[in-house]
Amino acid sequence: MGVPPAEGAGRVARVVLVDDHRMFRTGVRAEIGRTEATGIDVVGEADDVESAVRVVAETRPDVVLLDVHLPGGGGAEVLRRSAALMADPQGVRFLALSVSDAAEDVIGVIRGGARGYVTKTITGTDLVNAIFRISDGDAVFSPRLAGFVLDAFAATDTPPVDEDLDRLTQREREVLRLIARGYAYKEIAKQLFISVKTVESHVSAVLRKLQLSNRHELTRWATARRLV
Amino acid sequence: MAAPGTDPKPHVPDTPSAAGGDPASPAEGRPPYRRLYRSPHGRMLGGVAHGLAVHLGLPVTWVRAAFVLLFFAQGIGALLYAAFWFVVPIGIGEPAPGSAAHWAYVDGAFVPAAPGQSGSALRKGGPGRVARLRELLQRTFQGEPALPAAAAPPAQEGAAAPAERDGAGKQGLGQLAALVMLVIGIMALLNALNIQTAKPYTWPLLAIGVGVALVWRQADDSRWQRWFGLEEGERRRGAYTRVGAGVLLVVAGIIGFLILQGTGSTIGSVIEASIAVLAGVLVLVGPYALRMWQDLGAERTARIRAQERAEIAAHVHDSVLHTLTLIQRRAEDPKEVLRLARAQERELRLWLYRPEAAAEDAPDTLAERIREVVAEVEDRHGVPVELVCVGDCPMDERISAQMRAAREAMVNAAKYGGGGPVQVYAEVEGRTVSVFVRDHGPGFDPDEVPEDRMGVRESIVGRMKRNGGTARVRPAPDGGTEVELEMERADD
Repeated sequence: MGVPPAEGAGRVARVVLVDDHRMFRTGVRAEIGRTEATGIDVVGEADDVESAVRVVAETRPDVVLLDVHLPGGGGAEVLRRSAALMADPQGVRFLALSVSDAAEDVIGVIRGGARGYVTKTITGTDLVNAIFRISDGDAVFSPRLAGFVLDAFAATDTPPVDEDLDRLTQREREVLRLIARGYAYKEIAKQLFISVKTVESHVSAVLRKLQLSNRHELTRWATARRLV
Repeated sequence: MAAPGTDPKPHVPDTPSAAGGDPASPAEGRPPYRRLYRSPHGRMLGGVAHGLAVHLGLPVTWVRAAFVLLFFAQGIGALLYAAFWFVVPIGIGEPAPGSAAHWAYVDGAFVPAAPGQSGSALRKGGPGRVARLRELLQRTFQGEPALPAAAAPPAQEGAAAPAERDGAGKQGLGQLAALVMLVIGIMALLNALNIQTAKPYTWPLLAIGVGVALVWRQADDSRWQRWFGLEEGERRRGAYTRVGAGVLLVVAGIIGFLILQGTGSTIGSVIEASIAVLAGVLVLVGPYALRMWQDLGAERTARIRAQERAEIAAHVHDSVLHTLTLIQRRAEDPKEVLRLARAQERELRLWLYRPEAAAEDAPDTLAERIREVVAEVEDRHGVPVELVCVGDCPMDERISAQMRAAREAMVNAAKYGGGGPVQVYAEVEGRTVSVFVRDHGPGFDPDEVPEDRMGVRESIVGRMKRNGGTARVRPAPDGGTEVELEMERADD
């Protein structure tokens, strides 16, 4: 499968792969790791929480592709222990890459500080684009993640007494819905007559709210769906 | 479960006339040999008579009659019954209520009874009057628990007190009443026979006996509960009361016994000594008992784990391994391989991440239904369909129509969408259900579709309109087509 150069051609993103399946890491590396073609330089790999924390601290990559299920505590644990590296605005950013369909897994890593979530069925091209978008400080939402978020906020939105911070604006909701419908950011911009930058800022706002939304709300949401 | 007394048939399987019209279970040849268990179904007291009847292949009425007769022979019947009750465990996997009646005595042999046969063959054992009397008694017992003491001739009916033991709540009360009746009956009999004056220890012994019976019966019940998963919290309190009452009775009996023996004056020191002995035994045995208890728990956990593992292994074997074998065999046909892999992935994913949804019997909700539709389209057309579903609601007529329209839209997208993934988004918001189906194909202008092409016009737009919804087909901003289906849920 040929992967065309990403939008930010000429730049190189340094990436660490964290996944406990060697086959999968090998596959991803083969797909995106041809630096001259894709602009992605795979600088490290790790297969559990311990090694992931170490490798990320040593190599300081732009983006970490992080599996949700990992021996030693899972992706959320890696995020917790790498919190210091993320604080810096030019710091390491995490993109969750998961085969899991369970909302609590995904929402868990997003709340832990991951900047996006894509499923393992993603194509090489899309993955390369997502990595560059993350390294630019943007958030990446797959349709499925948008669905989870809408679900989460649909449950917490009903009582209007909630803090404003925890709720989505009409516009953010529209953007999420379009993502869930399979629209690319560019298409969303066209559809809503706004710029791509605005779409990106809406998505980032949603991500921030998701990470900030208080634990109580999320627990209630998860309980209502018998997830916990 | 039917209310007790309203329909005696399922509750009184062993009553001949009531079972007369029973449809017989399919004949299975000779009655299978079975171990002696007390029967939890259709039992009156401890299930001894019923269990014995099933074990021996006799009509239960005969066994009961034998016990009653033996009772008059110096109370041997009661002793025997009590002994059985104590020693024989209650059975699991009992034949369902009713099966006992299906073995009929014909020409000196027991055969599975045909519907007509069971009535005539067993009618000898007990005429319809008995059944009616039993039904009446049952009503009396379960409807007005205060009455029975006055209404029933204690001694005889007590031994065969017709309380049902098929469910929780009222029946438990009925059975307790039966137990009390039994005691009253025996006491009345003893009084009548003037045994009491001869043996002054009868009363304390009786109290001890009843107390022990209460506690034992409780142990029985808790086992029962584990097997059949009756609601726990509700019954726990009743259990404590029963055990408490039992212990109290035993203690009272022992004290009475001691007083009668003339050790009443030294009772204080006797109790002290008993407590000292008990404490000593506890100190010696306690640690062992505790460790045994812990080992038991650990073993149970290990067993549950092993079971779980076995189940996972079985599932993986049934699904994943078979598919992998199929894929190896069809390696030359990439389309088929893709289809198999996709179907298997979906199935396994559902099983792994939605265990409770997979376990339920196809719940009739929008999310489940649309997942089915997506799976079907994926399999049939070999195009990946990505589904995102927000919210859920029960299915109704209108939404079914919407699902059919959505299916058609997905099929179109799969056929003409250029082979890329089809994206489906379903959302329930208040009473509105929206479904979006989008492809990344070349796109088309709905106005240019010739009149004779009915797919979009009839199956999607027309169907939605007929059912009170709307459908819009429009080109997506960057190529491809999007179909939007909107429907109000029907009123509940």
